[in-house]
Amino acid sequence: MSPTRKVLKDGLWTNNPIFVQVLGICSTLAVTNNLRNTLIMVLGVTFATAMGSLTLAFMKDVMPRKVRMIVTVLIHSFYVIIVDILLKAYQPAISKQLGPYVGLIITNCILMGRAEAFANANKPGLSFIDGLANGLGYGWVLVCIAFIREFLGFGSLLGIKLVGEGFTPWTIMVMAPSAFFLVAIFLWGANTWKAKASQGGQKK
Amino acid sequence: MNAPDVGILSLFLASILTSNMLLSNFLGTCSFISISKDFKSSMGLGVAVTMVIGICSAICWAVLYFIIKPLGIEYLSFIIFIIVIAGVVQMLEMIIDRFSPSLYLALGIFLPLITVNCAVLGVILFMQIRNYNFIQAVVFGFGGGAGWWLAIILLASIRTKLDKNNAIPAGLKGTGITLITIGFMAMAFIGFSGMIAVQ
Repeated sequence: MSPTRKVLKDGLWTNNPIFVQVLGICSTLAVTNNLRNTLIMVLGVTFATAMGSLTLAFMKDVMPRKVRMIVTVLIHSFYVIIVDILLKAYQPAISKQLGPYVGLIITNCILMGRAEAFANANKPGLSFIDGLANGLGYGWVLVCIAFIREFLGFGSLLGIKLVGEGFTPWTIMVMAPSAFFLVAIFLWGANTWKAKASQGGQKK
Repeated sequence: MNAPDVGILSLFLASILTSNMLLSNFLGTCSFISISKDFKSSMGLGVAVTMVIGICSAICWAVLYFIIKPLGIEYLSFIIFIIVIAGVVQMLEMIIDRFSPSLYLALGIFLPLITVNCAVLGVILFMQIRNYNFIQAVVFGFGGGAGWWLAIILLASIRTKLDKNNAIPAGLKGTGITLITIGFMAMAFIGFSGMIAVQ
């Protein structure tokens, strides 16, 4: 497998940030009761992770090790500010709904995790792809969760009502606990699948 | 820009119970899950986080209203807040190292990692969005920290029992069952929401 494909597969499945690394569940779970907000959030995180990893990979040779953490955080804040300003300019309503969670992308552990674990020791191009893959690997899980939560919680998808009058919304799906439960169920499924796959002679 | 009309005590209780940083706003979940394996380090981290959030929210309030707003550089506020947090964490690290080496050793790597704990930045951003005045910001900061602390020691105590249980399915062990526990705790904390309501 070529390094690019391996990095992509790692980020999306084998080493998925949510299932395996258990990172970055902080800021974005809060917005998963609404599919549209989740999509915007995922785009923001992917952009910041990929660009942050790219920049750091370029800078890793000239940066003193002592200030590495703070420089990493500053670079990430720079990209998150871009996301924030773009959102405020083009989607002010969504920006208002997301509130502090856009700014919280800075402290999303995936960004720091990828910077420390990958961009620090790899070439810029590959680091960029790694950031992208991890952002998307994180994204697809969140989109699945948001899909379930919005559908059951409001009976709608992307704000469009899909079910008739007879449907009773599951209030719990809109509130915080359901996000934890759904992530746990996803994690359970993924772990069981992986255990089976490794037992059954590496079949996919 | 008027500060919201909330009493100090109800704000404090609300930030601990009803709008708990961790259980209803999902902030600081990463370190929460990895540290709560061990009760003693949870305790230490809880204290440190509470201190950092309290101090940072006071400093950031001053920075926000005396530097950022007069200069009109709101778009830079994320970077400035992060620098303040990193500075406070660094200073706290030196102070703890100087006065209590044993606590310093106990906290170890977790202390510098508070910089990237979402709960700290989260409290500050909430404070900015809700236009709290100085007293409210400090109370909200310490309350948010204390809420986080309460949540982590509760979970750590549950987990010491949970990890010995063999009835849990293999795929759910470790993080999975922890997340479900957090979910139940979040449900329990929702029960407080009738008591106090803060936006």
